[in-house]
Amino acid sequence: MTSARLDAQPAAWAESSALVGLFTQTAAIAEVELKKVLRDPTELLTRAVQPVLWLVVFGQVFSRVRGIPTGNVSYLAFMTPGILAQSVLFAAIFYGIAIIWERDLGIVHKLLVSPANRASFVLGKAISAGFRGSIQTVIIYLIALALGIGMRWNPLNIAGVFFGVALGSAIFATFSLIIACIVKSRERFMGIGQLMTMPLFFANNAIYPLSLMPGWLRAIALINPLTYLVDALRGLMIQGGESIHSLPADFGVMAVIFIILATIASRLYPTLVR
Amino acid sequence: MLSFAIYEILAIAGRGAQTNALHLIELMEPTPQTSEPYAIKTDELTRKFGEMIAVDALNLRISSGKIFGLLGPNGAGKSTTIKMLTTLLEPTSGSATVAGFDIVRAPSQVRRHIGYVPQLLSADGGLTGFENLMLSAKLYGMPRTERKGRIAEALDFMGLTESGKRLVKTYSGGMIRRLELAQAMLHRPTVMFLDEPTIGLDPVARHAVWDRLEDLQQESQMTVLITTHDMDEADELCDELAILHQGKVAAVGEPDALKASVGPDATLDDVFAHFSGGSIQEGGSYRDVRQARRTASRLG
Repeated sequence: MTSARLDAQPAAWAESSALVGLFTQTAAIAEVELKKVLRDPTELLTRAVQPVLWLVVFGQVFSRVRGIPTGNVSYLAFMTPGILAQSVLFAAIFYGIAIIWERDLGIVHKLLVSPANRASFVLGKAISAGFRGSIQTVIIYLIALALGIGMRWNPLNIAGVFFGVALGSAIFATFSLIIACIVKSRERFMGIGQLMTMPLFFANNAIYPLSLMPGWLRAIALINPLTYLVDALRGLMIQGGESIHSLPADFGVMAVIFIILATIASRLYPTLVR
Repeated sequence: MLSFAIYEILAIAGRGAQTNALHLIELMEPTPQTSEPYAIKTDELTRKFGEMIAVDALNLRISSGKIFGLLGPNGAGKSTTIKMLTTLLEPTSGSATVAGFDIVRAPSQVRRHIGYVPQLLSADGGLTGFENLMLSAKLYGMPRTERKGRIAEALDFMGLTESGKRLVKTYSGGMIRRLELAQAMLHRPTVMFLDEPTIGLDPVARHAVWDRLEDLQQESQMTVLITTHDMDEADELCDELAILHQGKVAAVGEPDALKASVGPDATLDDVFAHFSGGSIQEGGSYRDVRQARRTASRLG
């Protein structure tokens, strides 16, 4: 018997604390996601077209109607945070497709055989979704600048907007991940994705205020995370804009939703390979 | 914003506590004895999918330092067995230990000690070879100072030093397989699982994979479990074989002994036909065939 030339795995590897491990693993997953996005930014660029159309076409027409009460801000300014939130929704809600693709390639199997904390797979994806959302935020700011919409340029406000968008992206990406874990096939996911997007898209305050809605629709809007994202962004982003629920309430609700979704997704992720 | 930060910290702390609790449970497990003669041991290991019994009361004893082959047609239960032993799938009943750890009670200890090469070519095509290995190094908790050295060593061992900086989508099928071996050996597993390691590869690439695998096994003295429905592969690589048929072990032994038990001049094909009453080329569920085709088409 030849003696082993390759040395054995040092026992010390397992010694690092669970918390440090979770951070390292989450960062590693997020890092490879970012590398892949930056190498092929086609998706990011095509996603940028949608908000441009909403603001430049839809927004220009509807701001002439003056039928929607938007307080002391113009309709275009009113809908700008809404359009940002909606483009975040559209980008993140189909995130699950990528997970199903990775499952079909066997990448998920390999990740799950590693001793990494299962939550790191979910959190890493959520961070990467947050990064994609940040790119969209930059684009919205550029459009707003070009259209002369009165924005708040205070660095703290801008930081708050980026943080809110990242959190919102993380929520919808994680929600999408949960759906992917349940349906497990791209065909079914596309159908369900389309089905979910419409109510999420219209049952919120993005393009009209909550006060215009009939009671039942407002009730739906109040359980829609997008409502809280739009509300926070409206308070942070535009001059004269107000957050109806207050910023701590908006961020608090979003944080709780994210934690619940991330916990569910971490439990469901291993079922992808069964 | 502040409230979010607090929630975030609470969430992470909660998860940390949970993981710590898991570690505690595993610490209470008896440490595997070095005298444990079996790298893999299954007792009445069973997995059902609804009414269908994929793996039926499997009793396997696989000695340390051997290359062991699970042989059978598509749908015989090979992949399900590997999924259970690698902790991807919980057994319906029965038990198993891998590297001395129970697959149900101590899954994260099992994961630390095994390497896995899935049936599909699963290296991430959007990353370079080096980046694929770096991801594994981090997920396995390799200290920062050791990562680059070990990755370079693994790439060298698999003959991929030159191509480490290229995106994996430019690799050939054989190169991807060798990269996956590099990825699976990075943390020095004591048991390595390979699911159909050379399916869809051309003969030259297959031999390169076999050579690297045999060298790796020699150098590391690890135990290797491969599944295959390829008789040449079983003949070439395996010290011992189990023929799986409809979720059960139909025969087990060294390749030569199995052949001799069937008759003089018998091949492994004959052995298989003798023990399962059919040719290995038949059978296979729609899903398996589709999956094999997809792998083949990816390899172009």
